Order: sequence, then C-alpha cells, then structure tokens
Amino acid sequence: MRGFVTILAAIAVIALGYWAYHQNIQTQQALREVERLQRAIGVERERLVVLRAEWAYLNRPDRLRELVDLNFDRLNLLPLRPEQFAVMDEVIWREDMPAAAETEGEEDILYSASQAEERP
Amino acid sequence: MTRRIALRPLARILEARRTGENPDEIERENLRLRHEQMRDKLRLRAESRLLMLACCFCAAFLAVGVKMTALATSVPEEPSINTSHSSITSTRADIVDREGRVLATNLVTNALYVHPHELIDPEAAAAGLADIFDDLDEETLLRRFRSGSRFMWVRGSISPEQQQRVHDLGEPGLLFGPREMRLYPNGAVASHVMGGARFGEQAVNAAEILGVAGVEAEFDEDLRDPARNGAPLELSLDLTVQAAVEEVLAGGMGLMQAQGASAVLMDAHTGEVISLASLPDFDPNARPAALTEGDPSQSPLFNRAVQGVYELGSTYKLFTIAQALEDGLVTPTTMIDTRGPLRMAGFEIGDFHNYGNSLSVRDVMVRSSNIGTARIAQMIGPERQQEFLGALGLLDPIDFEMIESRQGRPIVPSNWGQLSTMTISFGHGISATQLHLASAYASLLNGGTRVRPTLLRRDDPQQGERLISEETSRILRAMVRDVVADPIGTANLGEVPGYEVGGKTGSADKPNPQGGYYDDRVIATFASVFPAHDPRYVLVVTLDEPSIDILGETRRTAGWTAVPVAAEVIRRVAPLLGLRPQDVDHEATYQLSSASQ
Repeated sequence: MRGFVTILAAIAVIALGYWAYHQNIQTQQALREVERLQRAIGVERERLVVLRAEWAYLNRPDRLRELVDLNFDRLNLLPLRPEQFAVMDEVIWREDMPAAAETEGEEDILYSASQAEERP
Repeated sequence: MTRRIALRPLARILEARRTGENPDEIERENLRLRHEQMRDKLRLRAESRLLMLACCFCAAFLAVGVKMTALATSVPEEPSINTSHSSITSTRADIVDREGRVLATNLVTNALYVHPHELIDPEAAAAGLADIFDDLDEETLLRRFRSGSRFMWVRGSISPEQQQRVHDLGEPGLLFGPREMRLYPNGAVASHVMGGARFGEQAVNAAEILGVAGVEAEFDEDLRDPARNGAPLELSLDLTVQAAVEEVLAGGMGLMQAQGASAVLMDAHTGEVISLASLPDFDPNARPAALTEGDPSQSPLFNRAVQGVYELGSTYKLFTIAQALEDGLVTPTTMIDTRGPLRMAGFEIGDFHNYGNSLSVRDVMVRSSNIGTARIAQMIGPERQQEFLGALGLLDPIDFEMIESRQGRPIVPSNWGQLSTMTISFGHGISATQLHLASAYASLLNGGTRVRPTLLRRDDPQQGERLISEETSRILRAMVRDVVADPIGTANLGEVPGYEVGGKTGSADKPNPQGGYYDDRVIATFASVFPAHDPRYVLVVTLDEPSIDILGETRRTAGWTAVPVAAEVIRRVAPLLGLRPQDVDHEATYQLSSASQ
C-alpha cells in the first residue's frame, strides 16, 4: 500500500513537472508572439501616422483650391454660397420616387446647424 | 532487518546451568544488548532524518538566495506582458481642428551625421553630399571632414529621397539617426496660431521637439506629456473656415493695398475662436527668423490680431452707449447735442461730417458721431467708464491660449481725466487688440454676459458674469443692425442678404513714431455680429493702411475698406458654419416680435 502511494506520488510529481515545463514554454512562446505583434503594430502605427500626415497634406486647402481652379472646366466647383441652401419642398422629384418626397418633405436638404426651419 | 537473537538461547542456558550460573543473567544481558541495538538504530534514523531536513532547508534557502542574487545583479525589466498597451509612437501629440482635421503632426525622418574617421573616400563623400544638398559646399565639407573631429552633424532632417541618395553613395561613415519632425500639412493656413517648433536637445537617436510660438509654445509641456498617450490637442479652429477667411482677407488686402490684414471669428456664446487670421503670414514648416532690427510688427511672424495693440476708433462707441443705456442715462431716442467742434482742455473733437445740431442716441451710433459720443461719455464720467471697460476686459492683457497674447497689453492713459474719457468714448487715446474687441462685442451682444476667448474646443456656452441686462443687449443689437441696414449707416456696404449682419466701424489714424498721427494712414476696423437678432458669431476684421479709389476719391475709412471685406468673409463663411440664411419673412417676424416685447 505504502509503496503504491509512493509510486503514485512520484508519477504525480513527474506529471506536474512536465505540465509546469510545458506551460512555461507556452508562455515564452506567447510572449515572443506578443512581442512580434507589438513590433508589427508599431510599424503599422508609424505607417498610419505617415499616411495620416500625407492625407492631411494632400487635402490642404491651398492644394484643393488649386485643383478646383485647374479642373474648373470639368467640375465647375465654386465656394458654397448662401443661396445654395434650400428646403426639401423646392426639389422636383422624379416620378418614380414619390415615397422619398412624402416622407422627407419637411426635412432640410442641406445640413443646417443653426435651427430647425420655422414655419407657420 | 537483522536477525533477532533469542533472549534465552538454549545452548548458553544449559551451559550456565552446568556451571551453576544464573541463567536469568544471560537473559538480562541479551535484553540489554537488544535494547542498545534498538536505540542505536533509532538514533541513526533520527539523525538521518535531521540531516535530510537540514538538506531540504539548505536547498530552499539556497534557491531563495540564488533568485535574490539573480534579481539583484540583473538589469530590472518591465514584465513584457504589461507593455502591450503602450501605443505611443510619437513623443509629441498631434494638434487637430474642431472637426479632427490634422493641423500639426509628426513625421519620422532621419538626421544625417558623419563619422569622418570611418569615411573611405572623403573627397567623393563631400562631392556626393554637395550634390544632394544644394546649400552644402564641397570645400567646407572636406575641410570639416579633415579637421580631426570624430563626429559631425550634416542635416537635422532629410527626406526619404535624399536618404536613398545618401545610401547610394555607399559610404560607411555617413550615418542616419531617427528624427521626429514636426509637420504642418496645411502650410501657411493658421500659421500664427500654430506658431512653430524646433529641435531642442539632440542625441544621435532622438531629438526633443520644442514649441517656439503660438499654441505649440503655450501647450509645450502638455503636448510632450507622456500621460496624454497620444491624444491629440483639439482646437476650436475650423480649418475650412480659417482657409476661407484667409483667402478673402488676402484678396481684400490686395484690393485695398493694405499693409496687413487680420480677422478674428469667434463664437458669441462659447467664446471659441473659430478662425484667427493675420496677414502677411508665413509657413510654420520653415519658420522665418525674427527681425533683429526695425519694427517687429512688420515681420510676418507678428500676429496682428493678438499682439497688435491699436487704437480701434469708433468701434468703442458701442461700449460708451452700452454703459449709458445700462445706467439709464439715455434711451435710444434721447437727443444729443452734436454741435461742433467740441473744445476741451485745448483739444478739439470734430466729426467726419457735420451732423447738424443734434442726433438721437441711435443716430449717434448709426452715423458714428464723435461729438455725440463724447457728450454721452461726459455724463458717465471717468471712474465709471474705467470700471466698465475694465469689466469688459479691455484694460488688461487677455488670458488666451497663445503665448503672444501676453504681449497684447492694452495702452491706457496714465491720467484718466475728463478729456481722456471723451476721446476714449470713441476709441482714441486707448489701444487694445482685435481679440479684446471681439470678446467685448461678444460679451455685450450675446445677451450681456462676459465671454472670454478660447482656442480650445468646448461645447457649452460660458456662464460669464453679467455685464449688462438682456434688454440693453437687445437694444444694442438693434442699433448695430441699423448701422449696417440703414442706408445712411456707416457700414451699409456690409449687408449680406439673409444673415442680418450688425456691426460698428472704426477708423483710427495711425500714430507716427515721430509723434502725432499720420494724415493718410489709418487702421480700419469692422466689428460685427451675425445674425443680429440672435448673435451666433462675432467677426472683427482689421485692415492696416487700406486705401481704395472709389467714385473719384481715395477712401480710407472702414466703411469703404474693412466693411466690404468683412461682408465677403461672412458671405463665404456663414454657409460653411452651417448657418442657413434667414428669409425676409422671418426677419419681418423678428422685428414685429421684438417691437411687441
């Protein structure tokens, strides 16, 4: 009986040792993976910063204005004027889409942050 | 197991009996021997157990000791699992506008340095570098390579193309150090607000970026704070609006042949500065050097809206009339004596035109009568005037998020007597910045509570202290509206259909550094609000030395110069701000309802 317990204990110790070793190896692998991913994230972030800066640079107002001037023949873009605000009622709807006109008839076309249209 | 010896072995018993000895002694002897044997065995076992235990303890202590030594001698290291959230890649936070558009960011570039002793062919390297960088001189480079130094900087930051070309030289002595460079993608747009940055302490693999002006300098510590974790600094500026304002202003400046132009666009309730423009401007990516001689206000670095302390002329009439109305000294219909010239202590106050014997308070404002305003100021008196202007914040440097604002210290008379009171009432003998004017107009016309300008984005209106009553504010709004809407008003060119512009013009002669004032140089200012019945925004436009030939005459006054420019700014900017033009019917309703109140 006593010998049996001893053997059992020995087997348990070996098994636990193996388990602990295995966990250790797995943890190290996971840490290495995390480190690799972090490096990759860092590289991507750096790229993101560059892309964001490039996006901002390409969208700078001066450049857009030049492009608008260059392409005026085709695009006819002009600065937004007050006259361009309108209400939904002024839109002539195509016959095949009456539903939109009914449901949104009271809505402003252009986004207006000032206030809702006041009507009698 | 040792063989057990019998206590009474028969052989020895028989032997003992034969010799007549007591056999019991044998038994006792054997028993004693057996006990001794047992004792020895037990002691041995106990000793071995103690030894075992001691070994265990030793092993345990040894393990602890080894671990402690290892910890003590090794370099401390953060648990790598905890660093997974550190996302900071740049050392300085970005600056964005109110819509999140990038105003300032960082770009990773490289600095170029040389280890001259590692150069294989210094002549070729010098020639190559001189070829890549136009402003480097081959001779100078070669001389420096041969000066015996072991390290020298060539460039603070170079572009990727330049880096590739340096790589192509194939010199092991040319080395790169990573650098973060501050980039302002929008160039000169909002340049004065941004200010600029430069490198501080430099090492081979990093360099500190320091803000030198504008918000970069104001929030320098804050932007570099690692605790921000890369969160951008959100300004109240709107990039699109800022660009539009600058474009219109540049056009107006050219048309009016002005020396400079500036504009402040501010939310009348929250105090957020939506646009702050000053021309001429500069590119913060390549910030020009400060002027070492001459007038610093001639430098493009000079921020006219924040640093420029000028006499702002008749725009101050609003303050005089506001105080007189609030104190119950006058009503809009009270008639004021406007016979001129008004002489006071050897000084003569005159009007641009002769307005006859008397004008109502409303007309004093609408037609901008200096004499009329001076008469109203006489009723107020110096102490109370000083108190009121102080409460509006016009006597102290403004508390604003740009380091330049501390230089915008208003100039007030040292002896604030009766004469000063009268000249100050129409904006002469007192100087302040455009930003002061914008915040004072916002405070008086938004319903009467103090608004302080801010460059940081905020959502709720400021709950400033009350300066004048709602009712006085409403009367003032109607008056400034009339200055624009009335055909005889001084700002009648400022009408923008649908936006109910209200405002007050101001034209002040420029002071001559030799003393006195120039006859033909003015600072033309238009301080306006729109829409006048419920002001959302305050716009102050100033032109420095404008002049334009209209109808066969050279015009310099604000009504002909600053007002049309401001009107164009509003026409361009109001739709961008999402303001819908109010139709005529609505305006009529407003006037009726305000009349019935």
